Amino acid sequence: MKARVLVTLKSAVLDPQGKAIEGALRSLGVPGVSSVRQGKVFDVELDTSDAAKAEATLKDACEKLLANTVIETYRIELVD
Amino acid sequence: MKSAVLVFPGSNREGDVARALHMVSGVKPAMVWHADTALPQGTDLVVLPGGFSYGDYLRCGAIAARAPIMEAVRAHAARGGLVLGICNGFQILCESGLLPGVLVRNARLRFICREALLKVERNDTPFTRRYARGAIVRYPVAHGEGNYTADATTLKRLEEEGRVLFRYVMPDGHRDDAQVLNGAANSIAGIVSEKLNVLGLMPHPENHVDPLVGPTDGRALFESLVGALEKA
Repeated sequence: MKARVLVTLKSAVLDPQGKAIEGALRSLGVPGVSSVRQGKVFDVELDTSDAAKAEATLKDACEKLLANTVIETYRIELVD
Repeated sequence: MKSAVLVFPGSNREGDVARALHMVSGVKPAMVWHADTALPQGTDLVVLPGGFSYGDYLRCGAIAARAPIMEAVRAHAARGGLVLGICNGFQILCESGLLPGVLVRNARLRFICREALLKVERNDTPFTRRYARGAIVRYPVAHGEGNYTADATTLKRLEEEGRVLFRYVMPDGHRDDAQVLNGAANSIAGIVSEKLNVLGLMPHPENHVDPLVGPTDGRALFESLVGALEKA
């Protein structure tokens, strides 16, 4: 089973990289961008086809390593 | 004083800190590899040096914080043993949960490599007993992710418990959170654990110990540790 994990900064945390990207888009003349927040994507392959088990494994992975829950939140998407 | 300096793949300040410890205590520290599972018998002080452990992959200090040796460091800290994390070592201590909060990208996104002015907030800790309370010292900083961040409750608690040991200050000796070099909350440069035995510090005291290369303001931190351990 394949899965995608998205890790993003909590909304209260300042994201200077996102701000810099936002500024760069503005200076490139890309219209209509009001805000950018940068995050991380992990594409994970799991050796199970059990969705519940996959979800539990990934939650464990996020809590232990993939996200720092002091500043980040995560979302798990099972792909197939 | 028996000290152990941890070495992770990508650490690069272990030599500087080992030299400072040797110079001040007269004893060479043991260098301990991250994959080891135990500290040398009778270790008094564990140092996590600066550098770029695991290339700063994922988040600074995130992977090193889960290295096998960290279980032994956690047990050492729980026993009241002294732990000092400098720069990347501070990031590792935060990632491992030994200290609260996290160090994120500098507010102005630049790597900062220069001397910083710091205020020593208290001198009743094993790390600062050889400084005067409120002393202003110069330590070098060299980091891209030194912007200390924690939630409001944690910050309030750190302040109330007097756990901010080092703070960045302006040339007049006062802090200015709006102008602090890396954006750190409350101008925090270093914090201690509840039991005052674990210190995380972004600037590098180990680089200011030898008159041959300049100021020696960092020396008193290592002398404090030697003194604290002799007394104990």
